[in-house]
Amino acid sequence: MAKSKGNPFPRVFVNTTLVIICLLWLIPTLGLFVSSFRPRDDIMSSGWWTVLPHRVWVTTEQFKPDPSIDRNGVMTFEGATGTFEELRQGVESPDGKRVIWIGNKRAGTIQVQEQKWSGLPATTLQNYHDVLAGKDVTISGNAEEAARKGEDMSDAFINSMAVTFPAVVIPILMAAFAAYGFAWMRFPGRKLVFALMVALLVVPLQIALVPVLSDYVHLKLNGTYMSVWLAHTGFGLPLAVFLLYNYISTLPREIMEAAIVDGASHFKIFWRLVLPLSTPALASFAIFQFLWVWNDYLVALIFIGNVPGVQVLTMRLADMVGSRGSDWHLLTAGGFISMLLPLIVFFSLQRYFVRGLTAGSVK
Amino acid sequence: MTLLNPDADEHSAELARARRRRNRAIFTLLSGIVAALVLFEGFFVLRDSQAPKLVTALFAMIWGGGGMAILYLIANQLVEFTPSKWQRRLTPVVFVLPAIAFVVYFLALPAVRTFIASLFDRDGSSFVGLANYITVFTEPFMLVTFRNNVLWIVFGASFTIIFGLLVAALADRSKFENLAKAIIFMPMAISLVGAGVIWKFIYAVRDPSDVQIGLLNAIVVALGGEPQAWVAMLQPWNNLFLIVIVVWMQTGYAMVLFSAAIKAVPTDIIEAARVDGAGEFKIFFSIIIPSIMGTIVTVSATVIIFTLKIFDVVLVMTGGQFGTDVIATQFYNQYFVNRNAGLGSAIAIVLLLTVIPVMVYNLRQFNKRETL
Repeated sequence: MAKSKGNPFPRVFVNTTLVIICLLWLIPTLGLFVSSFRPRDDIMSSGWWTVLPHRVWVTTEQFKPDPSIDRNGVMTFEGATGTFEELRQGVESPDGKRVIWIGNKRAGTIQVQEQKWSGLPATTLQNYHDVLAGKDVTISGNAEEAARKGEDMSDAFINSMAVTFPAVVIPILMAAFAAYGFAWMRFPGRKLVFALMVALLVVPLQIALVPVLSDYVHLKLNGTYMSVWLAHTGFGLPLAVFLLYNYISTLPREIMEAAIVDGASHFKIFWRLVLPLSTPALASFAIFQFLWVWNDYLVALIFIGNVPGVQVLTMRLADMVGSRGSDWHLLTAGGFISMLLPLIVFFSLQRYFVRGLTAGSVK
Repeated sequence: MTLLNPDADEHSAELARARRRRNRAIFTLLSGIVAALVLFEGFFVLRDSQAPKLVTALFAMIWGGGGMAILYLIANQLVEFTPSKWQRRLTPVVFVLPAIAFVVYFLALPAVRTFIASLFDRDGSSFVGLANYITVFTEPFMLVTFRNNVLWIVFGASFTIIFGLLVAALADRSKFENLAKAIIFMPMAISLVGAGVIWKFIYAVRDPSDVQIGLLNAIVVALGGEPQAWVAMLQPWNNLFLIVIVVWMQTGYAMVLFSAAIKAVPTDIIEAARVDGAGEFKIFFSIIIPSIMGTIVTVSATVIIFTLKIFDVVLVMTGGQFGTDVIATQFYNQYFVNRNAGLGSAIAIVLLLTVIPVMVYNLRQFNKRETL
């Protein structure tokens, strides 16, 4: 649009601002991603940005100061001059070295340091292993032996899948039938019922949690996968019907009429014609629903609760934040495991997702 | 024989056809009953299943998806055996009723049930009238909650829209449009819990004598400041640090919609303005913004509704401590932690009331567009 000649808006300005914003957006995720590959002790002792190449002081020489030297006066080592207090802080010599006094006045040592570029940072897959393995891991390191508790994220990963896939497939089917009915059939109350669907688009699902939970308790359903995906089917249907209606109602009338003239029943038209033609709309809702269910925390929290072995990824992750908020090595790896599948789905099917967004829904 | 009595023969063929038809109908009905029974049994199998998770999940998918499809198929077949007058009436029922039943049971009916529960006391044993609503609108902790939701709406929506517009307008003029958009869009794929973990790492605070591992505090210390506990200090402005997270997540959504709208603004109008000597800022504010006003309203409504219902971020970041409770976390705390069913329900109803304007707006828009 603005790529015409004489555009008074300097491209440099546009690109610089854009790069700054993009960096701001990227840095939080990047930080977690980098940290998830750092050894546990590194995460706790330095910021993740220290993996970037930077200059660090490296000790090149170490010696005991000459015993005869006056330690209360001004001293000179390797061209660096200063009192004991100054040397304790480190004094730089004219040739770029740093001399530092380690230890006390009487029995200290002198270190001569030079600035060097930091090497490749240490990386590890241990965090992922600990988070996925589901058992306690004993590490024996430098004179320090500690049992550290792992997490069972692989179990939660499977739970998330068991909840998510049915919660995506079932509402799509129901919504496609309903959308076809609303778009291509004439029956009394059609407008009113569809208006109800549109109205329910924005209803906060908090309203539904308590009554549904009490029914679930009677049916002994709470704490099962089914409890969650039945609920997600119900909560996702208004948007599904709305999105699919928008698409199915715009299919060319001639095709429908030709099929009816040929004697095809509604069911046949729907199954053979409408469903295959609506693939883009079905895909865009599928991605919506997938991201929504996979990333959901509230519904799972209420209907699964504290039943062990059924908990989904978001619940495990939230529990980890609460119970072991200082175990950053587990949190960073766990966080990434929970994002893996949605990010893959998102980036491979972004086109359909965007189409669904722009289809103009307010949810 | 045929020559002698053609009528009788036709009659018996007719009879045979009718019989076959009836047999088929009975067969379909029976298979429908069997399918329904199998699905019904499957419900209990799934509920009580001790099988490995993947098996259960696979079974659930087949049971749910396949079972649903078979039920639709059989119901439809049955309808096709009825006289054509009934067929016309019943086919829409088969298509539309299951979805309506689900939506009514999971959304419409619960609204009524929650409203009734909100008129009773904490364990639902005695009727208290509007007492819970009086609590909702007078108790100091509830007023703090509402104040926070106002902060969320005002800052969450306005920052999302400003950043969304900025990125959409800039990306439109850049060669790196797709890359930039993908980066801004990416947080939308992440769960709010995951985003909470990401930002907890940014806001992490440690003792001033230690090395700061949180980026924000590391910057503050590098500039000579004191490390701060961002989400706990300076109430109510600590809410802003939580709001930033949602702005970070939602800007991608706003950007996508704005970007599509900006591209739809006719180029010749912009070119004409440029020929007349209008600057880029003037073009942006007096041509582009007015042209995409409809989209701005839609995005605002969506973001406002999203922020009204915000729950995961607050629960993960602060658990509602330090004066950061919002309506949704307060609902959770009152109902599930304090076990006050009446008050929890009343809060949920208040949440419902706040979205009614958007509901009405949606319906209006829909009626305008649609001449059903």
